[in-house]
Amino acid sequence: MIRKDFLALANDISIEDLLLEHPIVADFLANLRLDNIPRQLPLSLAIEEMDEDIIQEFGLDKFGVLISFCEFMETFSTAKAQNPAVATLTIIGGLNKSGEPENISLTISSGDIVSIVGPTGSGKSRLLNDIECLAQGDTPTMRRILVNGVELDDLQRFEMEGKLVAQLSQNMNFVMDLTVREFLYLHAKSRLTVNAEQVIEKCFLGANALAGEKFLLDTKITQLSGGQSRALMIADTAYISNSPIVLIDEIENAGIDRRQAIELLAQREKLVFISTHDPLLALSADKRIVIKNGGIIKVMEIIQAEKQSLKAIEKLDGILQNLRHCLREGDQITVDLLKA
Amino acid sequence: MKLITIAGPPSSGKTSVILKLIECMGLPIGSVGVVKFDCLTSFDNLRYREANIPIQTGFSGKICPDHYFVSNIDDAVQWGIRSGFQMLITESAGLCNRCSPYINGVFSVCVIDSLSGTNTPRKIGPLLKLADIVAVTKADIISQAEREVFAFSIKQVNSHARVVFVNGITGQGSFILAKYLQQARDIQTLRDMKLRFTTPAAVCSYCTGETRIGESHQMGMMKKMEFKKL
Repeated sequence: MIRKDFLALANDISIEDLLLEHPIVADFLANLRLDNIPRQLPLSLAIEEMDEDIIQEFGLDKFGVLISFCEFMETFSTAKAQNPAVATLTIIGGLNKSGEPENISLTISSGDIVSIVGPTGSGKSRLLNDIECLAQGDTPTMRRILVNGVELDDLQRFEMEGKLVAQLSQNMNFVMDLTVREFLYLHAKSRLTVNAEQVIEKCFLGANALAGEKFLLDTKITQLSGGQSRALMIADTAYISNSPIVLIDEIENAGIDRRQAIELLAQREKLVFISTHDPLLALSADKRIVIKNGGIIKVMEIIQAEKQSLKAIEKLDGILQNLRHCLREGDQITVDLLKA
Repeated sequence: MKLITIAGPPSSGKTSVILKLIECMGLPIGSVGVVKFDCLTSFDNLRYREANIPIQTGFSGKICPDHYFVSNIDDAVQWGIRSGFQMLITESAGLCNRCSPYINGVFSVCVIDSLSGTNTPRKIGPLLKLADIVAVTKADIISQAEREVFAFSIKQVNSHARVVFVNGITGQGSFILAKYLQQARDIQTLRDMKLRFTTPAAVCSYCTGETRIGESHQMGMMKKMEFKKL
């Protein structure tokens, strides 16, 4: 639908029917303090009954309300909400902190998981930042990030800004005072999700499958434990956020099934980058970028021997998870538990 | 000289964003100046001095901050030109949600704190509605979902604006903001240019110092609330 079609909506059908078809219209009316206009009339006639003073406070006249209505509807029409498709992302190396070239060109496809490892302060976050702003040789690292094999001009970067990348980090919290259900509903609404009920259900089940301890749809999000919060954030990123790229900064020791979490994201055809010190997470990735002194020193592919050691690491991790579980249940923590 | 106006509620992170922004622009020290419009007191001039950024602070005091802004902004521009700046950034705190110190043809940024509540963008009015760019701060500590909901609320009020998430501490996001601001126009004078929106109406008896309460003391531009019978 384009602007003209929305103007027809404002002229032809009553606000009542408009609200049934497009619930988001309620927000438009509330934003302009027009909640109380006669709903049996179409918007174009109803505004004739409005108080001109109120409209003026918003810097509009009656015609301006119609124009804003059309712009509003256009902004939130599903056609516009689509995220750009990212089949591949290519990182072309720049310079490290000493100005030496990285000599690297790495292409990653959707559904791939890439871990980023290196000492604290070595430049892992910098790489995540380069990806986030789709650097084109204009950041301090001089790296270039290609999307689907092509360089982007500034206009395209601005266009994609904020739609491409979802982020997840250890420092994130929920701050809204809402239940899990209300929260997921609000997010689904803002993403103009079709079949919101089903998506919310899937997301909720997905989050609980990752969380060590289960929670309910009526639990307040601010009351979730660290692990539960992280589980909900990951499931939400997988099912509701449409961003094709996910950047994860440190989610170890979160009391969630980390491997399953990462796999869930990859299954949803996301391109996943994990900056981590956690062997379990790092080895869950097919590729591993090693960073030192601000530059990528190598890219490692996971080998068979590492895959085998991953099994042993999982076992160790399982023992630790079990210890946590026993501790919570009030059991005695004895050496027997370490054998598992 | 390029001119940029930056506005936002108190403590939303304007100064931190500006400091990171200037760092990102890579212009020679002393070639970007800041004029800070504040109300009563301000401690930000210290932070600008620390960063070797020429700063001029003005306090609106008993005057409506927007009226104060518009009656001083051209002088600020002239000061910037005299000082040989390549760029002048003005910073002002919107206090009544009705403030909108934006000028047609001058690049305008609204800074807003993502911790201020999801519906806040829908309540802010012209300060947000008429900005070219909305810079959202403190978003690194909230969830991705809440960030998206916040951006959605902004788009509801201002569908034209670019929404940029800026971390005032690490500077993440300030790079892309700096890129946008390169589009700012050169300004020689603001004379005869226009504000994007009227400043809050005033000139009633209280503007001129009245303190007594009651109908008989109220004169000039007044707006009365309507109380309905329950």
